[in-house]
Amino acid sequence: MSEQAQQSEKSGFWGKLRTGLGKTRAQLAEGVGNLLLGEKEIDADVLTELETALLLTDVGVDATTEIMASLTAKVKRRELNDTVALHQALADMLKEMLCPLGRPFTLEGIDLPAVIFFVGVNGVGKTTTIGKLAKRLQGEGHEVMLAAGDTFRAAAVEQLATWGERNGVPVIAQQQGSDSASVVFDAVQAARSRGVDVVLADTAGRLQAKTNLMEELSKIKRVVSRLDEAAPHEVLLVLDAGVGQNALSQVREFDAAVGVTGLVITKLDGSAKAGVLFAIANETQKPVYFIGVGESVDDLKPFSPDAFVDALLSGD
Amino acid sequence: MFDSLSDRLTQTLKGMSGKARLTEDNVGGALRDVRVALLEADVALNVVREFIDRVKMRALGQAVGAELNPGQAFVKIVHEELVHVMGDANDALNLATTPPAVVLMAGLQGAGKTTTVAKLALFLKEREKKKVAVVSADVYRPAAIEQLETLAGEVDAYFIPSTAQEEPAAIARRAVEEAKTQFADVLLVDTAGRQAIDQEMMAEIQALQQQLMPVETLFVVDAMTGQDAANTAKAFNDALTLTGVVLAKADGDARGGAALSVRAITGKPIKFIGMGEKVDALEPFHPDRLASRILGMGDVLTLIEEAERKVDKRQAQKLARKIQRGKKFDLEDFREQLKQMANMGGVGSMVDKLPGMGQLPANAQAQLDDGLFVKMGVIIDSMTPHERRFPDVINGSRKQRIARGSGTQVPDVNRLLKQHKQMQKMMKKVTRKGGMEKMMRGMQAMQGGQAPRPRGRR
Ligand SMILES: Nc1nc2c(ncn2[C@@H]2O[C@H](COP(=O)(O)OP(=O)(O)OP(=O)(O)O)[C@@H](O)[C@H]2O)c(=O)[nH]1
Ligand SMILES: Nc1nc2c(ncn2[C@@H]2O[C@H](COP(=O)(O)OP(=O)(O)OP(=O)(O)O)[C@@H](O)[C@H]2O)c(=O)[nH]1
Ligand SMILES: [Mg+2]
Ligand SMILES: [Mg+2]
Repeated sequence: MSEQAQQSEKSGFWGKLRTGLGKTRAQLAEGVGNLLLGEKEIDADVLTELETALLLTDVGVDATTEIMASLTAKVKRRELNDTVALHQALADMLKEMLCPLGRPFTLEGIDLPAVIFFVGVNGVGKTTTIGKLAKRLQGEGHEVMLAAGDTFRAAAVEQLATWGERNGVPVIAQQQGSDSASVVFDAVQAARSRGVDVVLADTAGRLQAKTNLMEELSKIKRVVSRLDEAAPHEVLLVLDAGVGQNALSQVREFDAAVGVTGLVITKLDGSAKAGVLFAIANETQKPVYFIGVGESVDDLKPFSPDAFVDALLSGD
Repeated sequence: MFDSLSDRLTQTLKGMSGKARLTEDNVGGALRDVRVALLEADVALNVVREFIDRVKMRALGQAVGAELNPGQAFVKIVHEELVHVMGDANDALNLATTPPAVVLMAGLQGAGKTTTVAKLALFLKEREKKKVAVVSADVYRPAAIEQLETLAGEVDAYFIPSTAQEEPAAIARRAVEEAKTQFADVLLVDTAGRQAIDQEMMAEIQALQQQLMPVETLFVVDAMTGQDAANTAKAFNDALTLTGVVLAKADGDARGGAALSVRAITGKPIKFIGMGEKVDALEPFHPDRLASRILGMGDVLTLIEEAERKVDKRQAQKLARKIQRGKKFDLEDFREQLKQMANMGGVGSMVDKLPGMGQLPANAQAQLDDGLFVKMGVIIDSMTPHERRFPDVINGSRKQRIARGSGTQVPDVNRLLKQHKQMQKMMKKVTRKGGMEKMMRGMQAMQGGQAPRPRGRR
């Protein structure tokens, strides 16, 4: 990618996130923004304000307590003397927490066709993300195919088919109610015979507490691995930026059922900021490959820990 | 579920017995516990703060009677306040108007609006014998209109077609006319998901509302939503003047604190809860149930209270003594419990009070009738006495034998063992509190001699 393209992509992402944050006067931004109003001494109020700001973005009690303990210790040791230094220390700490999650998505090293599953709870944006990623991968010169593995929800197949048409990529589907493992199996087989590079497999949304539905996911995986031991090569768990502490259980349970290899965070164009990612980062170091910043095909951006934290902390 | 607030409070308030009153000093720790529990349940921070203040005001100076230990007295206050804040049960839609009564749906992307339209159509058709028409004004999401069409077919509601090329306002105008000529009682209008900060889209739905003059404008919120529920609910309520809230996807393991946030911030009643993807999975809202869930208490309180009334007291005492002597609650005891549950009349009424049951898949929940409890008994009957006393020895091959012997499947055996484990944990907790009997007395006192509330099945 040229430097200019990178730049414009970055500003697009920034722009979207910024407008979102700006319009709502996002709490964390506001909290930290206030801290930044001139150099102030760090007192108990400042620290409480900061704690509040973290809680308000779904960072969660445990992760917030941890972050605050570490910052407070630094203040006590007189390593941080004013609010500007505190802000910097917070930003550094948050970035460090997310740093291991910032790995780029690549098909390199995969024996093609690559098979990529999209899993997650209901309505988070799995199907839409497939539509967006299809275009992205095409742009990188890949032949893409979609598998309509959601055979349950009303018009799920039509929805994916629309994304297929938009991108001009084939969609393998059966009618509603058919076995989703067999749809995905068919797609992988078709991809092999037609020399397609990537199969993006949609699955029905399911709540992680529903053991029978989670078992169904494991089955899709088992069936597909009969064609290719290494498949699925990636299992992407899609998380809604608006989610609260339940995200932790989503990561845990989907990982247990199908082995999640990466995360996608959608709807970051809204007022929610997905602070639960810090709590997730405390538990697991699954890479966040992409973020969704809108409903259009181009609204999928690579995740950057630094940009994510900066957008969270910048007040304007 | 068991790492719950009541657990934590019991620890925090341990040293308090003997003190006559709840004071700022002695409830400080307990209030912190409640705060953490609410935050972990995703209740919005501002709502948590207000709530804590209310609880504190009520708790301070409260006398600790002989029947209640301070922990129990405190839990009682917290629970009551939470039920109070959440409002009364209210599953009625106000449809009193010249037909068609228009209901407008609103919410973020993917919250559950379209599914809820189908559920409401079925609900109104079956419960209130209404003729229901539905229309989609979602001209953005791919196949949104087809989704509603399919669902309308499933629930046999009158579907008014629309296309993505039309303006939502035009669709709405046409739909009202058609609903009239069809003599529909109710017109449910689905809309596209939108972010509260998307000014253009918020203006669009505002205009729709002004045009349609709906009798109900329902805000659909995902039960898994975090702190943002507060911002979003406020923005939608400011823009639209909502009349009610639907909490969707409450069939998972999320604690659903968003419901409390939305309720507290908009002041609008929660009218329904979505309990599954299927069109019949819509339930009226029960504030006490959701309160217990947000606090992570199951409905253990009620369960124990009812058990106290109906269960053979001697059995219970025997069990309590056994557990107090440090013996484990084994499968033999579990079988006894199951029998007693069956004696307590409608098992169904008890099911949703058992901690962990709410997390069962919907289809498993549907099977939880008296038959299932009989089945559980049969499974235990197929075990050897040794296995009943030491369930840990039950390995894969034993499970297969037990399943064969009881005419069930291995997952059935697994489920039973899991439920037994949960019961075991509950028993442990009960004894930690200082004896089951004492706890039961306490619970009884907590109810203040109130007549038991009738409880329907889910
Ligand atoms: N604002 C915004 N909306 C999004 C984004 N990604 C998806 N959506 C919207 O969220 C809604 C749900 O998206 P879907 O792709 O259908 O979600 P899903 O996970 O496939 O849903 P199920 O298959 O029903 O479980 C749609 O209205 C999408 O347009 C995003 O990044 N930003
Ligand atoms: N488990 C469960 N899933 C639900 C419930 N309500 C809706 N869903 C699922 O959530 C997903 C999104 O539901 P939709 O009805 O399409 O949501 P929507 O608000 O219309 O979405 P947009 O139109 O894209 O904004 C679908 O997969 C539904 O099946 C519920 O109560 N429980
Ligand atoms: Mg989908
Ligand atoms: Mg919809």
